[in-house]
Amino acid sequence: MDEKLKIVIQEDSLGTKIKKALVSNMVTVFFVILCIIGYYYSGLTFGFLLNDLITRMVRNSFLVLALLLPVMAGMGLNFAIVLGAMCAQAAVIFVTHWGVAGLPGIGLTVLLTTPIAILLGYLTGQLFNKAKGQEMIGGLILGFFSNGIYQLIFLILIGSVIPFNNETLVLSTGVGLRSTIDLKDGLRYAIDGAWTLPFTTAAMAFGGLTILHGIYRYIKGLPSLGIGPKHKKYLLSGASGAALIGWVFYIQSTSSFVNLIKVPMVTAILIGLMCVFTTYFSRTKLGQDFRTVGQDRHIADVSGINSDKTRLTAMILSTVFASWGHIIFLQNLGTFSTYGSHEQIGFYSVAALLIGGASVTNAKISHALLGTLLFHTLFIVSPLAGRNLFGDAQLGEYFRVFVAYGVIGVSLVMHAWRKQIEGKKRLSQ
Amino acid sequence: MKTEHNNEHYVLDMRNIGKEYYGTRVLKDINIQLKPGEIHAILGENGAGKSTLMNVLFGMSVIHSTGGFEGEVFIDGEKVNINSPVEAMEKGIGMVHQEFMLIPGYSITENIKLNRETTNPGLLSRVAGKKLEILDMKSMNMDARKSLDKVGVGIEEWVKVAGLPVSFMQFVEIARELDKENLKVLVFDEPTAVLTESDADRLLETMRKIASEGIAILFITHRLDEVQRVADRITVLRDGQHVITKDTKDSNVNEMANLMVGREIKMTGESRDNEGSKNVKMRIRDFYVDMPGETVKGINLDIYEGEILGIGGLAGQGKIGLANGIMGLYKSEGNVELDGKKISLNNPEKSLKQGLAFVSEDRRGVGLLLDSSIELNTVITSMQIQGTFLKRYGVFTQRDNKKIREHALKMIKDLDIRCTGPSQITRRLSGGNQQKVCIARALTLNPKVLFVSEPTRGIDVGAKKLVLDTLVQLNKEYGMTIIMTSSELAELRMISNRIAIINEGKLEGILPPDASDVDFGLMMAGEYHKQKGEGVRADG
Repeated sequence: MDEKLKIVIQEDSLGTKIKKALVSNMVTVFFVILCIIGYYYSGLTFGFLLNDLITRMVRNSFLVLALLLPVMAGMGLNFAIVLGAMCAQAAVIFVTHWGVAGLPGIGLTVLLTTPIAILLGYLTGQLFNKAKGQEMIGGLILGFFSNGIYQLIFLILIGSVIPFNNETLVLSTGVGLRSTIDLKDGLRYAIDGAWTLPFTTAAMAFGGLTILHGIYRYIKGLPSLGIGPKHKKYLLSGASGAALIGWVFYIQSTSSFVNLIKVPMVTAILIGLMCVFTTYFSRTKLGQDFRTVGQDRHIADVSGINSDKTRLTAMILSTVFASWGHIIFLQNLGTFSTYGSHEQIGFYSVAALLIGGASVTNAKISHALLGTLLFHTLFIVSPLAGRNLFGDAQLGEYFRVFVAYGVIGVSLVMHAWRKQIEGKKRLSQ
Repeated sequence: MKTEHNNEHYVLDMRNIGKEYYGTRVLKDINIQLKPGEIHAILGENGAGKSTLMNVLFGMSVIHSTGGFEGEVFIDGEKVNINSPVEAMEKGIGMVHQEFMLIPGYSITENIKLNRETTNPGLLSRVAGKKLEILDMKSMNMDARKSLDKVGVGIEEWVKVAGLPVSFMQFVEIARELDKENLKVLVFDEPTAVLTESDADRLLETMRKIASEGIAILFITHRLDEVQRVADRITVLRDGQHVITKDTKDSNVNEMANLMVGREIKMTGESRDNEGSKNVKMRIRDFYVDMPGETVKGINLDIYEGEILGIGGLAGQGKIGLANGIMGLYKSEGNVELDGKKISLNNPEKSLKQGLAFVSEDRRGVGLLLDSSIELNTVITSMQIQGTFLKRYGVFTQRDNKKIREHALKMIKDLDIRCTGPSQITRRLSGGNQQKVCIARALTLNPKVLFVSEPTRGIDVGAKKLVLDTLVQLNKEYGMTIIMTSSELAELRMISNRIAIINEGKLEGILPPDASDVDFGLMMAGEYHKQKGEGVRADG
């Protein structure tokens, strides 16, 4: 057989490409527009927005990144990170009670949290393996259920069964914790405050890294393909790094508020490490197994990949990362609602990821970071924009909450709808 | 004929393979020997035992969870115990699946190397073990390229599988198997079923090329001309028994067809006294159905008033899709007329209202409300569709329990449903009696045309006869037009007036029930017209 089978893969024209990109990123585009409008009407200065944004980004990004692995393994959006958050919160409560502050406190919290998170992740994974295809609703309900146990422990057992003598934490009756816990003299800013740099310095370092990475990739090509057709886009990322540095130089020459912004470097580095780990992981054998299981469980099983075990691993990793993420979240916030914080972050993280353009079956680091950025921009600008537009901050706040939950609903519906269309297409072939 | 004890080297030797599922024998004394570089075709109808034999070979869990099998398997003269598909792979047995085992979102390389990825140690793997080694895409791509070149596919190895033409996927499957270094035996499970003719030619050529490198090929197919062209030897299975193994050059297509189908058929004769009129009751034109695995691709067929029309053909060819499509259970297109009036498709409610009734092949899934009583199962569709068995109080309606009970008792008596009473739940009934409840429900609708799909699947021999007798009786006494779809040719030939054979989603032809085995065999294999050179007419 000398002549070979050939097919031509047709390239779309630029117009179609743009159209396709817009349609497939509908949610993100919508939120970008919303953020721009909100920013315009909020009357905020850029420096103020950036300052707030950096605080909130370092607070939430790690948690959102913890959602990526289960999506990779085909388990959808992991609403069960609530469980990870819960054990982090429990550990934080005890560490606060014992009065261990600063980085030693964080270390102790991590030590306490991790084994419990592994156990809970394992149990969640077991449950999900018995309810395949229902992971999301299962995780949601599991979150509510475990919240019941959490409340039982911290509202009723603390002080009555579990000896817990602490006037600032416990209600005046001596049983149950107060509804908010202040970390001011304990873990607050324990990580964030460990090492900070001016924003300008940090941005320059980041820009430098981007340039180096861009050049490295341009020379080495795509990780999986070598020098392929797409390696040129890395020049673009290098160029954007250079642009960032240029902009920072310009800012430094002015007396802008931006010059005063500080970046918590340790947290930022932790988030960076998480990104590196996720990328690295996706290129390992186990990462490939994750994706195989996510794409088609049956084929994975037939080719000898233990899909149940793989899914279990994904859940354990996600729960552990979520618990660490929640520790970062809490130390940044400095005060939290004892019975509500963990529930909240489940929804907020999922919403942020979806806003970034992720779907139930496809989520990338870029989705997580962009989504967190947009979600929190909206957080910052919408009350002010609401007040300026309607004379009532509550309206903006209402709108933001409406949008946060709406986006989860809409994204899920859109995903189901797309799946249905694909099914129809497949049948009519 | 080869004996078991000669000295010739066999790469695969399956001796006296037998298998029982819950007391039903599906395989008995099958012997298959494969020499290196041989193409060995396995022929047989559906249910002949081909897939069970392959399940045995691959150690599928369905075999081991039901008590294992009898007989022995030798690979390269060594007795082996294969307990899982992965072990089969390790022993050098590969399979090109009929439904592709490819992941659409992966590149060709990733698919070829699935779970056999080459890895390099990395930073984390030193701490956390082999699972965290980094994939070596470069060497994987090179390996993939090599296998692709072997099967003669010039496509880039990093292209995603999604969106590739079907024939390419087939070649990627083959390339994946060839990439396994110790491959000794490669099984092709109906590989040409989804291919166009020229792609099929290329595939056969590739098979020959692979065989010439010393890999033995087991070729499962029902396309007899392909067997004729590439196979060195053929083995025919029928009803789980080994019929014959012979060299292809000593056989011909007619003989193969005969051996495949050939079985004694007792004609009851009685049903065919009623020849049916020549009035067209239902006219089907350009009919397409999107039923997964049973796609109908343009059928033209006339159904006469008062006849029993049998619909036969091999599994996956579309015979099941026809009735499901007309009843609106799967998406369909085309033109279907009943008594000259157009039937609205894709709407089960309308189909039922227009006087069609359907006894589904999926008795326990679609057919019955398993946890409801016999009486409710009997009347539920007519209650819903025709509003019968209801008491009306203005806008409110109530079940008319007295009428329902009377009707159910009559049905139980007429159809001889063996049960403890009309209020017994249908889950507890035997298969045959469940089937009768399904028929009772269809009859309650007083249909003009009754579709029955696989009415005897999974029920025992005695009950089979009762169900078939019931159908004949309905046809004779009430003149009901019945369209019976069945995988069992024998039962079609027992009660039908005419038998339409569906092949590749199209009507291959219509035969009288007393046509020869060869004709049926050829038609089911899609060879009839190639052999006889006739066109297909819609009115048979």
